[in-house]
Amino acid sequence: MSSEYYFILAAALFCIGLAVIITKKNAVMVLMGVELVLNAANINFVAVNKNNLVSLDGQFFALFVIVMAAAEAAVGLAIVLKLFKYFRTTELDKINQLKG
Amino acid sequence: MMRKEILVLIDILFYIFSALAILSAGVILFTKNLLYAAFSLVATFLCVAAVYVLAQAEFVAVTQLMIYVGGIVVLLIFGVMLTNKITDKGIITSSYNRFLGAIIAISLFVVLFYGILKINFGAVESQSADMNNVNQIGVELLTEYLLPFEIAAVVLLVALIGASVISGYKTKGTDE
Repeated sequence: MSSEYYFILAAALFCIGLAVIITKKNAVMVLMGVELVLNAANINFVAVNKNNLVSLDGQFFALFVIVMAAAEAAVGLAIVLKLFKYFRTTELDKINQLKG
Repeated sequence: MMRKEILVLIDILFYIFSALAILSAGVILFTKNLLYAAFSLVATFLCVAAVYVLAQAEFVAVTQLMIYVGGIVVLLIFGVMLTNKITDKGIITSSYNRFLGAIIAISLFVVLFYGILKINFGAVESQSADMNNVNQIGVELLTEYLLPFEIAAVVLLVALIGASVISGYKTKGTDE
């Protein structure tokens, strides 16, 4: 299996995640789109590493990206919960002021 | 002969799992129900983990299962449950900017597809090492990648403390 199929799969997942980020109103939905984009990046790292398994740099990058994704999801959801407490909604087009 | 059959089997499995991944990601894009989106996100992550196994990255696949499917998706479902008014329409969400999103995503995909087809992958010769992947990851994580490993641990700790502080109850001086 050549690497380009992995890259095409990653490109498709990236574009679907980007479309989710752009079009969805709900903030949790946007976080799901971010997770899809991070997964696409991970597929690219692993696919590049597949051709040269002597050093595992790509897999280490993928692991650290997964750790960063966990941190991002935790902080992002905390912010979404705080926004929901304040505005009583998570629709991003109704959240239009920064004043606390 | 045996090895060739195994390679063909790996190809077929890759096609199946990547098609399933794209399909369930499309469900996330087109559904209006937040919970359906969360569950098809689980399906996408499972298929991506299978793709990792096919690319000989077993440890990354296991990490994907434990952290994404076991942790992040549960967090997202908690977020869905905690941020929706029960009395309202509930967990239905709508979308906006549809035209713009479709234009950007499709054009970016076309550009990426063209670029990927332009790359000459024949120049990259594949050399496979016949050693234990997980073992090697464990050794390198505590020798060569020790500093990023520790920094990742500190970042996770700080992020979790910060998350619980942000979403916690109000403190003195701030209202709600």
